[in-house]
Amino acid sequence: MITTSGLTKVYRSRGRDVTALDGVDLHVREGEVYGVIGQSGAGKSSLIRCVNLLERPTSGTVTVDGQDLTALAGRGPRAGKELRQARSRIGMVFQHFNLLSSRTVQDNVELPLEILGKSGKERSRKALGLLDLVGLADKAKAYPAQLSGGQKQRVGIARALAGDPKVLLSDEATSALDPETTRSILQLLRDLNQQLGLTVLLITHEMDVVKAVCDSAALMEKGRIVESGTVSELLATPGSELAAALFPVSGERTGADRTVLDVTFHGEAATQPVISQLSRTYNIDISILGAAIDTVGGLQIGRMRLELPGRYEDNVVPIGFLREQGLQIDVVGQEAVLVKEGAK
Amino acid sequence: MTWSEMQPLLSQACSETFDMVFWSTLIAVAAGLPLGLLLVLTDRGGLLQNIVANKVIGQIVNVGRSLPFIILMVALMSFTRWVTGTTIGTAAAVVPLAIGGIPFFARLVETSVREVDHGLVEAVQAMGGNTWTIVRKVLVPESLPSLIAGTTTTVIALIGYSAMAGTVGGGGLGDLAVRYGYQRFETELMWITVAVLAVAISLIQFAGDFAARALHSRGGRSGPAPKLRLLKAKEPDAAGVGKAA
Ligand SMILES: Nc1ncnc2c1ncn2[C@@H]1O[C@H](COP(=O)(O)OP(=O)(O)OP(=O)(O)O)[C@@H](O)[C@H]1O
Ligand SMILES: [Mg+2]
Repeated sequence: MITTSGLTKVYRSRGRDVTALDGVDLHVREGEVYGVIGQSGAGKSSLIRCVNLLERPTSGTVTVDGQDLTALAGRGPRAGKELRQARSRIGMVFQHFNLLSSRTVQDNVELPLEILGKSGKERSRKALGLLDLVGLADKAKAYPAQLSGGQKQRVGIARALAGDPKVLLSDEATSALDPETTRSILQLLRDLNQQLGLTVLLITHEMDVVKAVCDSAALMEKGRIVESGTVSELLATPGSELAAALFPVSGERTGADRTVLDVTFHGEAATQPVISQLSRTYNIDISILGAAIDTVGGLQIGRMRLELPGRYEDNVVPIGFLREQGLQIDVVGQEAVLVKEGAK
Repeated sequence: MTWSEMQPLLSQACSETFDMVFWSTLIAVAAGLPLGLLLVLTDRGGLLQNIVANKVIGQIVNVGRSLPFIILMVALMSFTRWVTGTTIGTAAAVVPLAIGGIPFFARLVETSVREVDHGLVEAVQAMGGNTWTIVRKVLVPESLPSLIAGTTTTVIALIGYSAMAGTVGGGGLGDLAVRYGYQRFETELMWITVAVLAVAISLIQFAGDFAARALHSRGGRSGPAPKLRLLKAKEPDAAGVGKAA
């Protein structure tokens, strides 16, 4: 649904070049919620703003719903008619809501419809329907200043949906909200995604957001995507930073001469027999440092942190045994060596 | 001088001042608004970025703003004659007043429009709006309270200028005060004129302030009301009114 290839963005300010995007290849499938996460300055906003060409990429292409937007953009800095039409089919919500304070809630939602040249009757019917959808039917005549942050963002979402977009872009839509409100807004996005088949690309710096709603995720660092995939793919990728962050297991190593393993299992995969088998077969004492079961992106995932006596070199055989049982094993502290090539 | 002698003089002067200020404000606002918008739009990073045009408009506005009104009036004599066929009378006074008012108002518009959150512009761009849509639906409506405050300031400034224009044949209250108060020592009439001006200015200030605040606090928005930009901070009450929010 959204594809970027070789996307680069270089800002030139006061003679200094800042490379905000450095060859980003992103692929968001139709109907999924895709989260891009990264630290401040990683280039997340630049990326999402390049998707609807609010920011002109320095090079690379952006395709949304089969349409090459970079080709529509033309050379000049101003957006031509075709690009503007394409934009009207892409909804966008903002961290600071960006509602017009001079208009009522309903008039804010009607604005995209005015731009599309819809009649007054059609506009108000559509706007009231959307306000109902986001649960704000009773606030149609209120002004944005009279609303709470969460309500403002609901209006922002209703407004973004006014042009019947297939794609919704969200730049830190929940970052200005408290945790409770964040959850309800994320739930709304999830519902819209499921009810309307809306494809959502969202930018965030909070792992909880990804965990709550995303089907797929990408990790950005210094203008590049360093990891990406569906949540289950990421969790199945040994040493994935995203997977570890999405689903952390705690537990500290008890001594220097020990090997710590993170065992990941999906669904009902039974690990207990495997572990007792391991213990019996190799005659080693295994201690469980930590374990948890969680739902990530709608999948049940279990993780367990085990400690085996002896260094890594002494445990190659037992680890091989566990892997043979179809379990995903990450050796804690060994990432640097093993993992990165595993991720490739 | 009795009241029955003064009354017709005063009412004529009032209507002359009103004519001068009304028409010159109308022209200053009609021309200053697009000019002020252009100053913002053509600036670096603006929607119609054009540095050359921006510098040219900026320079013209600066010169117009910094020229003392009395000099502008004299300098524009031949232009005034070309437009109105005369250089004296109320209609002739409207020309330099309007031309003095345009850059004055344009700068106020520029400052007001610059304060509009850029996020709103982006939101409308993301919806597929063009520059004209952004001007009509975002920049002007969102800065309206502040534009009204700017109009009030302009009206008051033009009342001041109109007194000067009046003395060279435009008539009006300023002219009346000078002719009777200064030249014929009719201090009573002069003080009445001063009182009329003071009341008029206060009323305009009050009405403008009220309108700006009513629009601004639409929907109970808290936060500072737009400041009245009194470049000529002569009116003692006006500064207080601006802060009273
Ligand atoms: N308009 C601009 N001009 C110059 N540099 C910019 C501009 N916008 C962004 N940058 C730079 O590009 C880099 C990426 O910025 P970007 O806003 O995309 O990061 P981000 O991941 O969204 O960060 P945050 O989480 O803080 O929003 C930063 O180094 C930033 O300073
Ligand atoms: Mg950002």
